[in-house]
Amino acid sequence: MIDFFLGHYGYWFAILLMCLGLYGTIMKKNLIKKLIGMTIFQTSIIIFFVASSSKWGATVPILDEKIGVANTAKYINPLPHTLMLTAIVVGVATMGVALALVITTYLRYKTLDESVLLKRMKKDNDN
Amino acid sequence: MIIRNSAALIPLILLFTAVSIPIVALKKKQIAFFMVMIATSLSVIVSFYNIFRVLKVGTIHYHFGGWIPPIGIEYVLDPLSSFICLVINVIALLVLIHSKKIIEMESNIKSVPYYALVLLMLTGFNGIVLTGDFFNLYVFLEICSLAMYGLISVGGKQAPVAAFRYLIMGTVGGSFYLLGVGFLYIKTGSLNMADVRSIVPHLYNEPTVIVAISLMVIGFGIKMAVFPLHGWLPDAYTYAPTTSSALIAPTGTKIGAYAMLRILFFVFGVNYVSKTLHITDILAWLSAIGIIYGSIMAIAQKEMKRMLAYSSVSQIGYIGLGIGLCNPLGLIGAVLHVMNHAIMKACLFLVAGNYRVKLGHSNIFKLNDNIRKKMPWTTAAFTVAALSMVGIPPTLGFFSKWYLALGTIKNSSWIFLAVLLISSLLNAVYFFRVLEKVYLKPIKSNSLEEFNTLKNDKRDEVSSSALIPVLILSVALIVLGLLNTIIVKGIIEKMIPAGM
Repeated sequence: MIDFFLGHYGYWFAILLMCLGLYGTIMKKNLIKKLIGMTIFQTSIIIFFVASSSKWGATVPILDEKIGVANTAKYINPLPHTLMLTAIVVGVATMGVALALVITTYLRYKTLDESVLLKRMKKDNDN
Repeated sequence: MIIRNSAALIPLILLFTAVSIPIVALKKKQIAFFMVMIATSLSVIVSFYNIFRVLKVGTIHYHFGGWIPPIGIEYVLDPLSSFICLVINVIALLVLIHSKKIIEMESNIKSVPYYALVLLMLTGFNGIVLTGDFFNLYVFLEICSLAMYGLISVGGKQAPVAAFRYLIMGTVGGSFYLLGVGFLYIKTGSLNMADVRSIVPHLYNEPTVIVAISLMVIGFGIKMAVFPLHGWLPDAYTYAPTTSSALIAPTGTKIGAYAMLRILFFVFGVNYVSKTLHITDILAWLSAIGIIYGSIMAIAQKEMKRMLAYSSVSQIGYIGLGIGLCNPLGLIGAVLHVMNHAIMKACLFLVAGNYRVKLGHSNIFKLNDNIRKKMPWTTAAFTVAALSMVGIPPTLGFFSKWYLALGTIKNSSWIFLAVLLISSLLNAVYFFRVLEKVYLKPIKSNSLEEFNTLKNDKRDEVSSSALIPVLILSVALIVLGLLNTIIVKGIIEKMIPAGM
């Protein structure tokens, strides 16, 4: 039982972050806090991918004379890490767009609180 | 050489033009529009070429850099992907022709970066449709989503808020999809769709695969705006500028539908998703609720663009229902409705844009029969599209609903048939409401003076660049409706996956 928890600690950590992130994205009223939640959620996925390809007793995927080509179990699969490099870039780009939108929203409505924002938007619609 | 590489040509042209527009059009803004025209026309030509080649020689696989999959990335051109690709590019070309004059009138749009974003979005759409690789699909999904957030946010005062909410939901959806890819990769060790297709039947009982497919369906459900996940759609479509909503509404959600279709039927297999997991049943029920909900909400709206947005929620339901029926007739109906809805919605949003240009608003209750005398052609196009939306023969809307109805009868799911019929009636309610105002409502005013100013029924049609695309779209609805057997027999029947 303890093995089940300790042996998969990378995954448990990812699950914890994922729940935190989703909670922040859904429940927080402040747009910046929502954004932080979203980033935590994205990061948890990155950790999940990286944890899935980690291996005890294996080395970096560069040809080692002592191990040889055939013994692939001794190398770590580099693909998930590479995929996550792209995912990090996507995350950064999303963050940039989101912050730009938050700034514009603040300049127009002078608030980042969602409930106040919705009230002011409704007032605009009625006019 | 160009002909041999035609599969990869469309995203390449669009991406190359997208990044070169800000540099080339730095000094002279007008160049941007012509570059966009050239790029989209070329991609329409290449899509036509691709679809004829696919019909002649069968599925085409294009390997990037000569790397054979599953190691390399491949593009797959089969009847389904080449057809959706053609629909997207033709609609985009027509909407962009319409944008020529409209863009200059929108005060807070800078045309050069706007066109660059439009092309980036189209790159994403075409990439999603063409790719045969799971992670590649994620990257294109994020490219088109990021461009979409930008395109929405340049609209009215509320637009950035709408775009932000879409961003949060869209990113969560994309992340769910990525997580699903992760689960699938852990079990199969492959990211190539065809390769996963051959491995996954041995893993049908694994919980990991079931979790993966659920996550992917939720992710695409958000992008597609299936009923309980549609929260971002009405605001985003309403506050976006005319060109953006006319580009995103016809094609953006269809991409989600396409990806859903591709992954459910072409990767996991028809029997597995319908008989073992019953995902298609859930999808069909949610879509059926969405059809009714969207129609009722559309009736309650005063603003034309918002009404069209809710009607999109309902129309996406038809596509979801067609996928969820899981039989050949339902699939034909769904794919035909993808094309049909793309044409109708583009036409209707462009008409709403034309009204905004000439009247300054698109509030349904302020419309009266003056507008028919002022803008006869725009109003005629609106009428044809509305009739097609309701499903009156010989417009294309009738035939896609006909196939969907045949699909429900084949499955003996009478509730879905009732939903289709009731929603057609509801469609009639919210479109005939507008038609009644436009054709029959006399001008009401308090004083004679006001009456005389309002009763200025001189012909005041929008410029030809804004009118011609609307007319082409509305004529296409009738012509394609009459030609529907050719489309269905020639292309769509070839898309039906094995085992359906």
